[in-house]
Amino acid sequence: MDANAAKLIGAGLAAIGMGAAAIGVGTIFGNFLAGALRNPSASDGQFTRAFIGAALAEGLGIFAFVVALILLFVK
Amino acid sequence: MAAGGAVIDPIHQFVVNKITSIDVGGFDLSFSNASLFMVIALGVITLIMVWGTSARAVVPGRLQSVAEMLYEFVEDMVQGTMGKSGRKFLPLVFSLFMFVLVCNLVGLIPGSFTVTSHIVVTFALAALVILTVLIYGIAKHGTHFFGLFAPSGVPKPLLLLLTPIEVISFVSRPVSLSMRLFANMLAGHIALKVFAGFILMMTAAGGFAVALAPLPLFMIVALTALEFLVAALQAFVFAVLTCIYLNDALHPGH
Repeated sequence: MDANAAKLIGAGLAAIGMGAAAIGVGTIFGNFLAGALRNPSASDGQFTRAFIGAALAEGLGIFAFVVALILLFVK
Repeated sequence: MAAGGAVIDPIHQFVVNKITSIDVGGFDLSFSNASLFMVIALGVITLIMVWGTSARAVVPGRLQSVAEMLYEFVEDMVQGTMGKSGRKFLPLVFSLFMFVLVCNLVGLIPGSFTVTSHIVVTFALAALVILTVLIYGIAKHGTHFFGLFAPSGVPKPLLLLLTPIEVISFVSRPVSLSMRLFANMLAGHIALKVFAGFILMMTAAGGFAVALAPLPLFMIVALTALEFLVAALQAFVFAVLTCIYLNDALHPGH
C-alpha cells in the first residue's frame, strides 16, 4: 500500500477515538442531568465537578485528534 | 483543495509571520503576529480591569460589573476547590484564566490570530502550572509531597501497582492540560474554515450546488456560536484544573 494512503486511513481510524470520547462526555452530562432533575437544589454545587469530568473524558478524545493531525500534517 | 482557481487551506490561519525581525545572540526573538495578539489580549485585560475598577462606584456600571463578576467568579472557584489557604494562588489563577479567555475570544474575530491554538503557548502555560505545583509542594511539604503518589489506606501489595499509575497520571497532566486547550481551539477554527471552503467549492461547481451554498453558511453561524461557548468553557476548564492541581501542592495527603 502507498504510505500516504496508509496515513490517511490511519487518520480516519484515529477519528473513531473521538467518537468514543463523545460517548464518555454524553454519559457524564446525561447522568448529571438525571441526578440534577431528581434533586435540582444540589445541582449547582456539582456543576463544576461535571465539567471537570467532561474535560478529563474529552482530553482523551483530544489525544486521538492530535494523532490524526500528526498523521495528516507532520511530514 | 482548490476551487475556482483559489486554494482552500484551513491551516493557513495558524501561520506565524514575523512583523519585525529581532535577533539576540543567535536566538530568534522576532515580534510576530502571535506576539502582537498576545499584546492585544493583555491590552484588553488591562482595559477591562483597570478602567472598569477606576470608578469604584457603589452601584457598578457595565464595565465595572464585568470586572467584578470575572473576579468574583474566579475567587469562588479558588475558594471552592482549595479552601481559604488557596487564596494566595488567586492572582496566578486569575491571570491564567483571563489570559486564556481573552486570547480565545480575540481569536474568534475574523481575520485575527488565535494565540492559544499553538501548542507552544498552551504548553508554556501548563508547564508554569505544573512547575508551581512541584516547587511549592516540595518547598512546603518536603518529602511528604511525594505521598501524593501513594494514596493512604491502600494495602502494601497494591501500592506496587498504584504508584506507577499515579506517577504516570501526574506526568501526563501538563500534556493533557495543554493539549486540551490547544486542540479544542485548533479543531474549532479548522472546522470554521472547512465549512467556509465548502461555500467556495459549491459556488464554483455551479448549477444545483449553488442553490445549496447558503447551507454551509448557516452552519458557520451555528459553529461560531458554539465556538464562543467553547472559548469560555476551555478557559474555565483550564482554570479549574489549575486549581485542582494546585490543591495537590497545598494538601498532598489523600
